[in-house]
Amino acid sequence: MEINKFEEVFEGKLAKNEMVEPKDWMPENYRKHLIRQISQHAHSEIIGMLPEGNWITRAPSLRSKVVLLAKVQDEGGHGLYLYTAAETLGISRDELLDNLHTGRAKYSSIFNYPTLTWADIGAVGWLVDGAAIMNQVMLQRTSYGPYARAMVRICKEESFHQRQGFEIMTRLAFGTEDQKAMAQDALNRWWFPTMMMFGPPDAESPNSENAMKWRIKRETNDQLRQRFVDQTVPQVQYLGLTVPDENLKWNEAKKGYDFSEPNWAEFKNVISGNGPCNKERLAARNKAHNDGAWVREAAQAFAKKRNEIYVAA
Amino acid sequence: MSDNQGPVWEVFVQKKAGQPFVHCGSLHAFDKEMALQNARDLYTRRNEGVSLWVVPSNAIVASSPEDIGPFFEPANDKVYRHPTFYQIPDAIGHM
Repeated sequence: MEINKFEEVFEGKLAKNEMVEPKDWMPENYRKHLIRQISQHAHSEIIGMLPEGNWITRAPSLRSKVVLLAKVQDEGGHGLYLYTAAETLGISRDELLDNLHTGRAKYSSIFNYPTLTWADIGAVGWLVDGAAIMNQVMLQRTSYGPYARAMVRICKEESFHQRQGFEIMTRLAFGTEDQKAMAQDALNRWWFPTMMMFGPPDAESPNSENAMKWRIKRETNDQLRQRFVDQTVPQVQYLGLTVPDENLKWNEAKKGYDFSEPNWAEFKNVISGNGPCNKERLAARNKAHNDGAWVREAAQAFAKKRNEIYVAA
Repeated sequence: MSDNQGPVWEVFVQKKAGQPFVHCGSLHAFDKEMALQNARDLYTRRNEGVSLWVVPSNAIVASSPEDIGPFFEPANDKVYRHPTFYQIPDAIGHM
C-alpha cells in the first residue's frame, strides 16, 4: 500500500471512533506523541508512590496503614500497565526508565510538592487522585487501544483511592480544632498545584491541538479543570473548609464556578526541575533502581541456570 | 544490556471456572515462575480471576492488519453458515 492509502485508513479509523492497535500503521508524530504522553503518565504513577510512601511508617492506625500500602501498591501497578502500553509503540522499558532517571522525561508536577502532614495524604487522595480520575475517565476512550484498556483498569482501581482520601479529610475536618486546621492547611497547599495537573490553558498548550485532532484527548485542559472545580467545591463546603481562592464564585450564566488561574510561572518552574522536591524524587527513584540491580541480575542468572532463556522482545 | 527488566510476557485471565481466558495485559519477568507471580500481583489484586496463563510475547503469532481483507473475507459470502439462512416452518416454532 502507498503511504496515502495508509493515512486514509488511519484517518478513517479516527473518524469512525475506532481504536488504533499496535500493529496498525500510524503517523510517526502520533506514535511520538503517544510515547511521550503515556510514558509521562507512567512516570507520574511511580513517582507518585514517593510522597505517599513517606507516610506508610507513620500512618495513625493499622487500618490506615494497610489502606495506604494497598494504594501505593496500586500506583506501582498503574505505572506498569502504562509502561507496557508505551512499549507496544516500539520503545523498551529500559529506555523509558532511563529517560526518567536522567531527567529527560517529565512526570506530573504535582509530585514535586512535599507531604508534610497526615492531612496531606487525605488531600492527595481526594484532590490529586480526583483530578487524575477526571483525566483518566476521558482517556478510557482515547484512540490508542492499549492505552485505553490500561485506563479502564486504572479507573476501576482509582475510585477507592479518592474515597480513602476523602475519608481522611472527613475525619480531620469533623475532628478537633487542631485537626480541622490541619485539613484546611493541606487544602490550602494542594488546591492550586492540583489545578495545574490539567496542564496549561488551552491557548498556551503546545500539545493540545494534535491530541484533540488524533482523539488522544477528548476534552481540553480548561474543560477538565472547570469540571474538577465544579465537582470539588461542594465537597469542600461539606467539609466546612474554605477554597483558598478569593475569586471563586458561582456563575449562574455558565452554570459553573469562576475561579483564579493557578500561578503558571510556578508551574513552569516546577516542571523545569526547580520545585520543592524534584531533586529528592529523582534521587529516590534512581536509588531504588540501582539498589534493585542485583535482584535483576540474580533473576537473570537463575533463569539462565535453569535453561529458561527467553529472548527479550 | 545486562541491566534490564527481562523479556515481555502476555497475561491471560480466566474470570471464573468454565469461562474463556481473556488477554488482560503484559509484564516483564525473567522466568515462568516470576511471570506467573508478577501476573498475580499485577492483574489479580481484586479477585479478577481464578486462573492465569502467561506466554512469552514473542511466542505469539498474530495476523497483520494489512491482510485483514484477504485474510477474513472468505467468511463474508458464506451466509449459509448462519442459522438465519434457513427457513423453519412457523408450526415448528423455536429450533
